[in-house]
Formats: sequence, structure tokens, C-alpha cells
Amino acid sequence: MSDEETIIDASTFDPHFRDEIAAEPGGEHIRRCFSCSTCTAGCPVAGVTDKYNPRRIIHMALLGMREQVLTSDFVWLCSVCYTCYERCPQDVRIPELMNAIRNIAVREGHIPSTFTVQMEKLREHGRLYEIDDYENERRAEYNLPPIHEEKTAVQQILNKTCPETCAEKEEEEA
Amino acid sequence: MTIEYALYLGCTVPVRGMNYEMSARKVAERLKIELVDVDGFSCCGFPAKPLDWQAGLLMAARNLALAEAQGLDILTLCSACTGTLTEANQRLKEDAELRAWANEQLADMSHVYKGTVRVRHFARMLYEEVGVERLRETVTVSLADFKFALHYGCHYLKPSHLYDGFDDPENPQSLDRLVEATGAHVVRYEDESQCCGGGILGFDEKTALLLTKQKLDHVTAAQADAMVLICPFCSIMYEANQRRVEKLYETEYKLPVLYYPQILGLAMGFSLEDVGIKLNRVKPRKLIKFASRQVGK
Repeated sequence: MSDEETIIDASTFDPHFRDEIAAEPGGEHIRRCFSCSTCTAGCPVAGVTDKYNPRRIIHMALLGMREQVLTSDFVWLCSVCYTCYERCPQDVRIPELMNAIRNIAVREGHIPSTFTVQMEKLREHGRLYEIDDYENERRAEYNLPPIHEEKTAVQQILNKTCPETCAEKEEEEA
Repeated sequence: MTIEYALYLGCTVPVRGMNYEMSARKVAERLKIELVDVDGFSCCGFPAKPLDWQAGLLMAARNLALAEAQGLDILTLCSACTGTLTEANQRLKEDAELRAWANEQLADMSHVYKGTVRVRHFARMLYEEVGVERLRETVTVSLADFKFALHYGCHYLKPSHLYDGFDDPENPQSLDRLVEATGAHVVRYEDESQCCGGGILGFDEKTALLLTKQKLDHVTAAQADAMVLICPFCSIMYEANQRRVEKLYETEYKLPVLYYPQILGLAMGFSLEDVGIKLNRVKPRKLIKFASRQVGK
């Protein structure tokens, strides 16, 4: 790699980013990280791809590389398996920390399409998979009771909590 | 004593894991555990949490409130639902301010969360409340001819602070004991606690399936007759996506993937039909042959 690619311009750092994350539920313990890399050593995703490295993400966040952390794909690559959560000697609670960063990213409009699709399903059906007559007929074939979709309550909850970020943003832009 | 639970199915089980649901219902009936179907349950909130933690928390709180209104503890089949509902329950019980906020939101929907119910995974309930000894007494058909590789999955055990330390996340035992109660043998394999990859399937399919492939390789190397697991999404990764992995990597596993209540049900004398084997995509041929022979006995 060239110097241009690896040298980080510290003047772009946001020194308050760590506080912003610490104020977000799940991100409270970010300042405890002492960069031991126990998380990355046991991470199943980091074991198969260089694209994800939790220690690196935490370090970037602590340095204040706000833009890079929020716009990058890598926070979305945590599989939320909690292996690092159990092993972290500093109780940084990394999967929750990744969710805290994701929540901030989403509020700024950085939301992967796969998640938008899931939220649309939740709005339409109250669940990730539709259950209509066809599904209930299939269930009846196996002597299983019918299930009624509960979409109204889920729509109400999404409208209360994240009307802008969860699912409708794309339509507004279109 | 009859144990009564609200059966919480979540999104995946009632559509893509009907064999899990069928077998769990049969097993529960045999053990005199009454499963109540509560109308109005929605998604647990797991998919919403990464985008908006408040949305995830309220969805969980609403489901908990529905069970509370019936005075019933919640029994789950999906491990991600277990984690999400247990976490929300714990947070809301411990944080009075958060609880007040949640109840303010839920009031419009005429729900109240009080914090009076527990959440239990089906396997944990069998392990702790029925007990391995009593399960063994219900076994009429020993599965001693079978070697199974177990996949505990992540959210059944972790984060461990949610689960009162009922099992060790680094060296779990509960599913081993439950499987052994059927007479079957448990085989060890490389990297047993590895995640199925399901959490990133939608975002990065290639990486997710690589995780799936590694476990299929390790289990195959251990010469297990089948994999046994207790989470519908883990099953999707190892069973429903098995053909995809085979095509991507030009290999062949034909590794059957079974839900624990399916093998327990067979050991209790239920038929292949009862435990929904027809819905298993990778046919467990050895098990089908074995169970068919039992019918004549």
C-alpha cells in the first residue's frame, strides 16, 4: 500500500465521537478497550475474511474516525455471536457496541438495503415471513394451528420509534 | 404437576421450521407440558435492534406483555428470539425509567409490561424443568445406533449473563445430556462453538456461507450420522443452504440436519410423520430406515 492509502490525517478526527458512542445504549463501555485483540482472535467472521476486524473498528472509533466508521460496511459484518462479548477482559460488550454504532449510522442515512427490506416485511406482516391463507393451509396439513399476522401494532411501534430511518426513507428520496 | 407455557414461535419456525414446531408440540404433550398459543405475538424485535434499539425493545416488550396478560411464562424455539426477549425482559425489569417509557408507548396499544414472566428456550426447559432423568424414562426406542454432532448455536448460551449461568458458553453440556438421554452418542468435532453465519447472511452471503461450509466440513470429518440443533436459523444455514454451499464449493455433504425434539420424539416412540421428517430437506436415510423397522416391532 502507498503512504497515501495508509497515512491517516488526524486533523479530520472527531474527538467527541467516542462520547457520542458512549451515550448510545450499548456503546457505554467503548472507552474501556485497551486494544488487546481478544475479540478479533476469536471472531468467527474475522477468521474467514479480512473485511471485519472488531479491534480495528473500535480503535478507529476511539481515534475519532467518525465518517469512516459510520459509512463503512464493516460494522454490519458482526454476526452478533457474542463470542467476544464473553471473552473481552474489559467488558467492552462489542456486539452491543456494534449495534450502537449501527444505530448512529442509520440515523445519518447509512442503512444497508438488506435491513430496509426486513423492516418493510415487519411493516407489512408484523414478522419477517408472511403468513397468509397459503401458509396457514400448509400448516393445517401438518395439524398446526393457524397464525394471524399482527402488523398494526408493529407499524405503530415503528412509527413511534423510527418513522424516518426504518423503511420509509427510500420512498421519500425517490 | 402440569407445566404451562405460552409458545412463542417467532418468524422463522411457523413457516420454515414446521418440523421443529410439530416435534416440539408432540414432545411437550407426552411430557404433560401444556403449550398455549397466544394470539397477537409478532416478530421478537431482533431484526429491528441494529437499526433502532427502541423499536427492537418495544416489539419485545409488547410480546412479553401479551404473555403477562395470560399469566404465562414464554417458551421459545428460536435462539435469537430467546436472546431478544430475555434481554428486553432483563433491561425493563432492572431499569424503572426505561420501563416507564416503554409502558407509556405501549399504553396506546392497551398493553402493560410489569415484568412478571420468564423466558425459556425449549431445550433449557427440558434440561432444567423436566430433567434428563425423567426424559430418559420416556425413551422407548433407544437411538444407540446413532452418532450425532451437536450445534448449540450462539444465542442459546450467549451472552451468558442473560441466562443465569445455566450452562457454560465455552464448554456447554446441556444439549449433550439431552441427546444422550435418547441413547444416541455425541461425536466431537473441530471448532464446535463456531457461529452458523446466519447473522450476516443478508448482508454478505459469501462470508456467511463460508462459515457454514467450515462447520459442514468439520462435522463431515467426524463421521456423524447427522447434525442436531435447536435454532431455526442455524438449520436454515446448515440444511436449507447446504445445496448452495455444495454448488459454490463443488463438494457434497448430504449431511442430515435434525432438530432435537425430532430425535427425542422418535426415541419416545413417535412416528417419522409425527416429528415432520418429511419436511427435512436432506433426508436422514439411516434414521428413516431405523424408524421404519421399529413400526413392525
